[in-house]
Amino acid sequence: MPRLSGLQKDVLSFYRECLRAVRQKQSDTRENFRAFARSEFRKNIGINKKDFGTIEYLLRNGRRKLETYQDPGIRNISR
Amino acid sequence: MATTRAFARLATRRIGTDTFCSSTRLNCSYTNTRPAAVQPAIFARGLASVTDSAAREPISKVGEKIVPDPARKPIPESKTSTVKEPEPGKDAKIKTFHIYRWNPDEPTSKPKMQTYTLDLNKTGPMMLDALIRIKNEIDPTLTFRRSCREGICGSCAMNIDGVNTLACLCRIPTDTAKESRIYPLPHMYIVKDLVPDMTLFYKQYRSVKPYLQRDTPSPDGREYRQSKAERRKLDGLYECILCACCSTSCPSYWWNQEEYLGPAILLQSYRWIADSRDEKTAERQDALNNSMSLYRCHTILNCSRTCPKGLNPALAIAEIKKSMAFT
Repeated sequence: MPRLSGLQKDVLSFYRECLRAVRQKQSDTRENFRAFARSEFRKNIGINKKDFGTIEYLLRNGRRKLETYQDPGIRNISR
Repeated sequence: MATTRAFARLATRRIGTDTFCSSTRLNCSYTNTRPAAVQPAIFARGLASVTDSAAREPISKVGEKIVPDPARKPIPESKTSTVKEPEPGKDAKIKTFHIYRWNPDEPTSKPKMQTYTLDLNKTGPMMLDALIRIKNEIDPTLTFRRSCREGICGSCAMNIDGVNTLACLCRIPTDTAKESRIYPLPHMYIVKDLVPDMTLFYKQYRSVKPYLQRDTPSPDGREYRQSKAERRKLDGLYECILCACCSTSCPSYWWNQEEYLGPAILLQSYRWIADSRDEKTAERQDALNNSMSLYRCHTILNCSRTCPKGLNPALAIAEIKKSMAFT
């Protein structure tokens, strides 16, 4: 495993944060949230690792989405 | 007068729907069940409505209906008229605008400048008029915030020709040789095109508790009253509309956005410190008493120079500093 850059670590830690947040949801809909979080990351998997501006934007955007979806009022998610 | 106009409009609209239905041979029962022109004139909308959108659509879309009908047959060329960009007259004043564009739907694409040209004779006097005209007639994808168009709401703050200002209060320079450049507020995260992300700004505003804090009721159980002199202290403070022009022009705020509150928020903070009715002045000052929140102001004075409302945030910050030094 090559040494990761700071930004790569940020992305990985944010990914873990998302998966951890999934555990706060009710067990019957948890899988939907996990699938959603993973698909959101997978959507942008092709981005060049040197494209810092884009990755930082997506991180910022993702943090805001996480904040929104963490709300206990949101019980299920589907697309 | 208004009544006749409304009736005329309703009549033309009915004619439009009828021809539309007969040409497509669809089930038109809904038009028949609708009562003919009995809607009272007061309910007829004066300006925008969804049914007559053709006139306000950009030139390229004039031919399209608002609900495209897949079964519609193409109208032969002999029965249509071509809508052309009106020929620029001899005395047309063509001005070029370079506008910052960035689309979040394609996050990998870099921001770019897009160029538009307008005839100033057909445009209102303000920058916002030009932007609205570009959005209406040339490029509907251009995105910006606007609301009151008279400098009261603070929505249309942007960087025009290098100065942070409200587009609705900024005249278009009539010198057509010079080209105008429009950017979003500097050093803010961009949501799209000219729309900055103000979340942090509003969070900071919340942190100064911008409301009256009082424990004791007023002596006679009525309003909390002020003398004229006490009220006069709030002049030049309460007019602030939180457009963030000053904060985003401050280099100190650029480098320390997370900790330094910025001129707009400090002005609001001083507005409550100076208020004679507020009883938590000491707590408010305490909250600012650290190296970052207030003392990152190095009296650069960009804030006072750029304020589109002509206020003086630097003076307010100086007053806070003074009140904290001599207590």
